[in-house]
Amino acid sequence: MQFLEKIKKSIFSLIILILLIISFFVFKFALQKEKIYSPKMSENQIFTDFEVVGLIEEKQINFNEVLTGKNFYLINIWSSWCEPCKDESEYLLELKKNTPVMMIGINYKDNKKNALNFLKLYGNPFDQIFIDKQGTISINFGAYGVPETFLINEENKVLKKYIGPLNDEDVYEIKKITNN
Amino acid sequence: MIISQLGYYSLIFGLLTSIFIFFNSSIQLKKNNLVISDKTTGLIGFQFFFVFISFISLIYSFIISDFSNETVYNNSHTTKPLFYKITGTWGNHEGSLLLWLLVLTGVLLGFIFKSRNEPNNYRLLTTLFHQIIVIGFFIFVLKTSNPFNEIFPVQTEGLGLNPILQDPALGIHPPILYLGYVGTSIIFSAALASMISNYVNKSWAKNIKFWILFSWIFLTGGILLGSIWAYYELGWGGFWFWDPVENVSLMPWLSLTALLHCIVTLEKRELFKKWTIVLCIITFALSMVGTFLVRSGILNSVHTFANDPSRGIYILTFLLVLVLLSFVIFIIYENKNFTQKSEIFTLSKETAVLINNWFILYFLSVVLIGTIYPIFLDVILDEQISVGPPFYNKLILPFLIPFVLFMSIGPSMKWIKTNFKFGAKSFFVIVFTMVLSFFTVYFIGEKNIFILLLFIGFFYLLLKSLDQLREKTKNFAQIFSHTGFSLLLISILLNSFSSREIVKNIQVGESFTLKNEKIIFKKIAIEKEKNYESIVGFFEILDDKNTIINLQPEIRIYNEPEMATSEASIKTTLFKDRFITINIIKDQNFFNVRYQHKPFMIWIWISTLIIMLGGMFAIFRKNKEVNI
Repeated sequence: MQFLEKIKKSIFSLIILILLIISFFVFKFALQKEKIYSPKMSENQIFTDFEVVGLIEEKQINFNEVLTGKNFYLINIWSSWCEPCKDESEYLLELKKNTPVMMIGINYKDNKKNALNFLKLYGNPFDQIFIDKQGTISINFGAYGVPETFLINEENKVLKKYIGPLNDEDVYEIKKITNN
Repeated sequence: MIISQLGYYSLIFGLLTSIFIFFNSSIQLKKNNLVISDKTTGLIGFQFFFVFISFISLIYSFIISDFSNETVYNNSHTTKPLFYKITGTWGNHEGSLLLWLLVLTGVLLGFIFKSRNEPNNYRLLTTLFHQIIVIGFFIFVLKTSNPFNEIFPVQTEGLGLNPILQDPALGIHPPILYLGYVGTSIIFSAALASMISNYVNKSWAKNIKFWILFSWIFLTGGILLGSIWAYYELGWGGFWFWDPVENVSLMPWLSLTALLHCIVTLEKRELFKKWTIVLCIITFALSMVGTFLVRSGILNSVHTFANDPSRGIYILTFLLVLVLLSFVIFIIYENKNFTQKSEIFTLSKETAVLINNWFILYFLSVVLIGTIYPIFLDVILDEQISVGPPFYNKLILPFLIPFVLFMSIGPSMKWIKTNFKFGAKSFFVIVFTMVLSFFTVYFIGEKNIFILLLFIGFFYLLLKSLDQLREKTKNFAQIFSHTGFSLLLISILLNSFSSREIVKNIQVGESFTLKNEKIIFKKIAIEKEKNYESIVGFFEILDDKNTIINLQPEIRIYNEPEMATSEASIKTTLFKDRFITINIIKDQNFFNVRYQHKPFMIWIWISTLIIMLGGMFAIFRKNKEVNI
């Protein structure tokens, strides 16, 4: 083959060819991977010193006071206009039933009526829900959008962060961590 | 509903036509026909027509809010204004790919018309290669992103278009950007064809130059509109964030700019043949990479949640096939057909173009690495980093100084050999540049030698470009785009160093000051619009001459989908933009107000328009000596 002979002669083109193929595989893995990432424990202490307002009882409270008394907290950012959140609610309900975790919902850029309807329709998996009308609280957490879920421990360290809706594997993982 | 069906079948017919064209042109190639048959031209016309029908059907479905169509249901709403119903057609994955296809088939049709005097086998080969891309995209659209999927039961209301996309600049941004982005495909096909048909010469350069300029102008326009949108809509007062999505449009722009300079050298001097072909391939590959990165959801971005990995894998594989194909063709034909003159350079325009290319290629690699390095790191080492403006500033800014210096002297060089005369005039320009730069730096209060050097470089480029106006044979294309470029750099630099900002929490009736201006919060009002409700803040600005400027920033609460956006209120003057945004703080009677001075903002837009104007001069100036 003419092509193969030429390739053999030129190391430069061979290198380019190899680089192309490596890039292809890197991108391919990146496509399949992306969603979950576990941050380094020491670095990832979330910022908790701010005021939040409840969705059901509109009372203002410091978020630090919310995070007391339990070993694990699951913070879920959701919204009634978010389609994947609807599918996600069954997983959250399962977690509520089968783990000792305190479930905290952050209602992202939503209105009260729609949010309450959503909970009525799909069930309420949360122990406490706070509103985030402007999306600023979610930004504090470093969230990308809705839905997004953070598993944190009593020292406010983020153990796991899930971008996008939870699935079976995620639920299994959360159960394993929290029931130990 | 029927219209949706029409669109779908029209797409299938389009695909069939493409396959037919592919075989038809390969048969004609074998026969070695001297003229391209009318049948082929007709078929290419039909192919475009089918995609056009399909595109119109989708627009129509959006206009009548046909919620039996899944794409319409997901992205539209009956209460949306007509303009946003139409622009919503390409404001989503499926519709935007249909637009891709429309432009892709459109440029081929344009190419066939514009290349009537070219050799037949070159035209046929271009058609052949282009059909590979077209067929690939047809299958992609039909298989993974069909815009005409039906949903049952038929919904009565749609989910709405993301309010952040409901903006006039963003409405026309995708079509303009795509004309530039997808326009590079014909450059790619033609480059491969010219290589095989042994046609990499002056007349080829003349022929393909139109398409390079075409893509370059539209790509510049597309990037401009995107920046304008970011400035007015995102409400941060910035216009370029080195966001990966922005970078992927900048990369083909950079390589197109390099290509633009090369193709003229090829046209005049038959030099850089191989390099020009490589740039043609790189340019298209980069726009495919961009499409892949944006459309696959591989970049963690708010808009790419419900992503489907199969789409990404498809584009990626297709991209690899195209790149490998061009690679193989390049390797085989590399030395066969490229007889060139020896490339020995003295002080000449060729050297200037070569240096220009080195620099642009360097900038391109910086942007490329900054964009894909985080992805590689994530896959290989499982580490997350984000590459931000400091990275780009550190690596690009210092190299801009020599770059603009070469850019200043390059145009006054001659082909083959230049004898530089350093006369009183050159001395005067340098002195004037120095004085101007010192004055500017002093005025903005930056005591930094590096910034002074940047200003010296940029002003020198500006003066040298304007100086060209005095020459006998004026090249407006070059004068305009180089002047525009220097103005752009100057305005960006001034903008970033003398922007001022203040953030305050204040109640109605209170006021605060920024420099010599007093900002008074007059009142608040609530207004109802068709698809949103808005809270409008009325502000009065008293400047140092006591003139009153009124600003009314808004917070819009859209109903479908429910979402709040902050609409900045901007007062533009020739030298300064006044930019104000407000935010509500829950359960408080005060507002978070952010007031900014953004100097020379309008010059950033104007200078980009001047750059584009330069490109247009180059297109419309025919059969004349065109220099760079």
